[in-house]
Amino acid sequence: MANFYTDNKALKFHLQHPLMEKIVALREGNYSQSEKFDYAPFDFEDAMDSYDKVLEVIGGICADIIAPNAESIDAEGPEVIDGHVKYARGTEENLDALIKAGLMGITLPREYGGLNFSIVPYIMAADLVSRADAGFVNIWGLQDCAETIHEFANEEQKNNYLTRVCKGETMAMDLTEPDAGSDLQAVELKATYNEEKGVWLLNGVKRFITNGDGHISLVLARSEEGTHDGRGLSMFIYDKAHGGVTVRRIEHKMGIIGSPTCELVFKNAPAELVGDRRMGLIKYVMALMNGARLGIAAQSVGLCEAAYQEALAYAKDREQFGKAIIHFPAVYEMLTVMKAKLDASRSLLYETSRFVDIYKAYYHISNERTLEKEERNEMKKYQRLADIFTPLVKGLSSEYANQNAYDAVQVHGGSGFMKDYPVERIYRDARITSIYEGTTQLQVVAAIRGVTTGAYLAQIREYEKEHLQPELEQYRRILIGLTEEYAEAVDKVVAAKDNEYIDFQARRLVEMAGHIIMSYLLLIDANKEPDFMKSAKAFNKITRQIVHGHGEFIRGSSIADPDSYKFEL
Amino acid sequence: MRTFKIIVLAKQVPDTRNVGKDAMKADGTVNRAALPAIFNPEDLNALEQALRVKDNFPGSSVTVLTMGPGRAADIIREGMFRGADDGILLTDRAFAGSDTLATSYAISRAIAKFGDFDLIICGRQAIDGDTAQVGPQVAEKLNLPQVTYVEEVKDLDQKNITVKRRLDNGVEIVKSPVPVVLTVTSSAPACRARNAMLIMKYKHAKTVTERQVANEDYLSLYNDRPYLNINEWTVNEVDTVAEQLGLSGSPTKVKKIENVILQAKAAKKLAANDADMNLLMKELIDSHTIG
Repeated sequence: MANFYTDNKALKFHLQHPLMEKIVALREGNYSQSEKFDYAPFDFEDAMDSYDKVLEVIGGICADIIAPNAESIDAEGPEVIDGHVKYARGTEENLDALIKAGLMGITLPREYGGLNFSIVPYIMAADLVSRADAGFVNIWGLQDCAETIHEFANEEQKNNYLTRVCKGETMAMDLTEPDAGSDLQAVELKATYNEEKGVWLLNGVKRFITNGDGHISLVLARSEEGTHDGRGLSMFIYDKAHGGVTVRRIEHKMGIIGSPTCELVFKNAPAELVGDRRMGLIKYVMALMNGARLGIAAQSVGLCEAAYQEALAYAKDREQFGKAIIHFPAVYEMLTVMKAKLDASRSLLYETSRFVDIYKAYYHISNERTLEKEERNEMKKYQRLADIFTPLVKGLSSEYANQNAYDAVQVHGGSGFMKDYPVERIYRDARITSIYEGTTQLQVVAAIRGVTTGAYLAQIREYEKEHLQPELEQYRRILIGLTEEYAEAVDKVVAAKDNEYIDFQARRLVEMAGHIIMSYLLLIDANKEPDFMKSAKAFNKITRQIVHGHGEFIRGSSIADPDSYKFEL
Repeated sequence: MRTFKIIVLAKQVPDTRNVGKDAMKADGTVNRAALPAIFNPEDLNALEQALRVKDNFPGSSVTVLTMGPGRAADIIREGMFRGADDGILLTDRAFAGSDTLATSYAISRAIAKFGDFDLIICGRQAIDGDTAQVGPQVAEKLNLPQVTYVEEVKDLDQKNITVKRRLDNGVEIVKSPVPVVLTVTSSAPACRARNAMLIMKYKHAKTVTERQVANEDYLSLYNDRPYLNINEWTVNEVDTVAEQLGLSGSPTKVKKIENVILQAKAAKKLAANDADMNLLMKELIDSHTIG
């Protein structure tokens, strides 16, 4: 039996990170739930054993059901019938298998029927499902919208909606509108309170809504008449069972075709307010987006893996000039670089997931009791790290998913251009990852704070202190040199005290920091597991290219540079 | 609503789908150590049928009964992870070396000890021996009706069950009184995957023997959570006649094993009368298939 979890040692490796002991203890309230729930763990080992066994189930479903369905779903796609979405047949099958296996409320608390898993194994599940079918993962992965309900909704709403999510109802987050894409402050969907009925009614149009016909939707709407910015927006829950929203059309897309991207028409759709009015964009969307960005990073890593696996298998199999093409330098270098990008992205993904895990666990504990001072400090520390690592991993891993997909097609040659091989679909599916939930350019906008405040540098210095085997020392020395180069570049750009100039150099600076961080993470991985040595070495070289290249650009640039790139219209 | 007590007969088998060079020992018997042990595939189809009855009639119970060495408890846990309520491992040196006759005898005696039940469901055959005999023999020994090659349970009530059979030349819809023995074919729906919560609930389920070597931290569990105790029945717990068990109860002797390429394309249909049976026996003896 094929299994995407057991055939990939990297996942088990990341699952065994030393921080997991702390993460699981926080999540499990020191293992106090086993009295109440027959499936709660007794101790750390028991919890880890459960993670391992459940991931094995997911790996099996991915290999046996989801991956084989990907091709037909891509060909069939969903359709709109009487204003509602009908999924492709394979999508239904995938969902059915995951629901029956109890894999819908993975991180939600047990009192709502969830598994109460920490974020790390949930993101691993997303990584696995994405490798199997990056279009399908959207429908399943939108369960992390439930985290926003869990964090901010009232008890009655949690009891109703979280329980339903755990039973298999799907979700959507309705943010984008025709005139409000990256700029969500411009959202115009109207929410008016109907005194007579005692409910909020939603009217307007949403566009590009993934799984827009899901059972439970979080909707960003303008509740404060006369306002025009983000402070007039609130968050609502729309329950499909009540009616009032129809799907006008499904977009015809380049990739992730199985995931229905809907245009929605709200006509007096009843909805419930989540949390406080006016906090929709400022607080709740930010939380929602951070969760979603981590999800897209997982999707990107899954795609990196799929692309690499397809390319590797083809290169071993395909013979030209009397030998398998994997023996040619041009091909084996491409494959090793793909693997290095995959391993680097994945290491950054799970590092970020651990940061998110710790601060979220503290956040939930803080709702039940006052945190000790030390706990508060820890929560802040990890929240800050999560805040700067999330845009970094989303931005970088989605770019790598695209690069790996491109190279995977290239390894296939002409065959890769045909629909006969999965790489053609992977190539199309990967393209969206660097666009939605904030383009790479917007991830850079979020990440640049980590550069200018020195937060990335401080974290790099932490990695620098890690104990390494003597043979890895040389790579640390290289990274120390590159870090100096990065710090000088940052100093130069920041010293200019010009926001446009910082924006102009931002992507270069973020990429420099990101590569040094990923290089360190891979070194630390290789220190524990020799399997990562090859990738650690290859990625060290990539990092030198990036840091030297960007460093050179910045050294040779001046504050007047943006002018020579501008368009005068 | 009526509930049903269902026994699923399952066998742990070597995974003959992944046969390597060392799959057979020199003496012609299966080298079980060289092959991974799995839940016999058609028994999984059988389990799915049982679980569907349980889905449709909440409160029904599914018990997995298996005979084999201690490690066969794995497939009882496997059944629990997919929705079975409990299991019985029939294990004893006295059962070792059983052919289908001795196996069906031991299993039928275990079922007699189990008590009331409504349905016995098992796979059509196991992938190690491919005999398809144990299910029908159990039915005979318990004096129950049997329906073989079942693909789907179409209807079930207090008194009767209606099932669809998949045959070479089409399908047959058959109605039988309950209790009944059903053998399920591989064309029936595949078994559902393991369920995350059930895995976590039942992963500590163990037989008495397994508990003796288990992590001591968890030992109090088995008093607090009785469902974690997998029943382990030895020959002492089951009312049997010693001569009918194990090697002494097994007339089948393996003479040699060889690769056979099947020549016959079509199935042969025989009438259920003595004349046709005699003709078949004569044909099988002439071709040295038996005797």
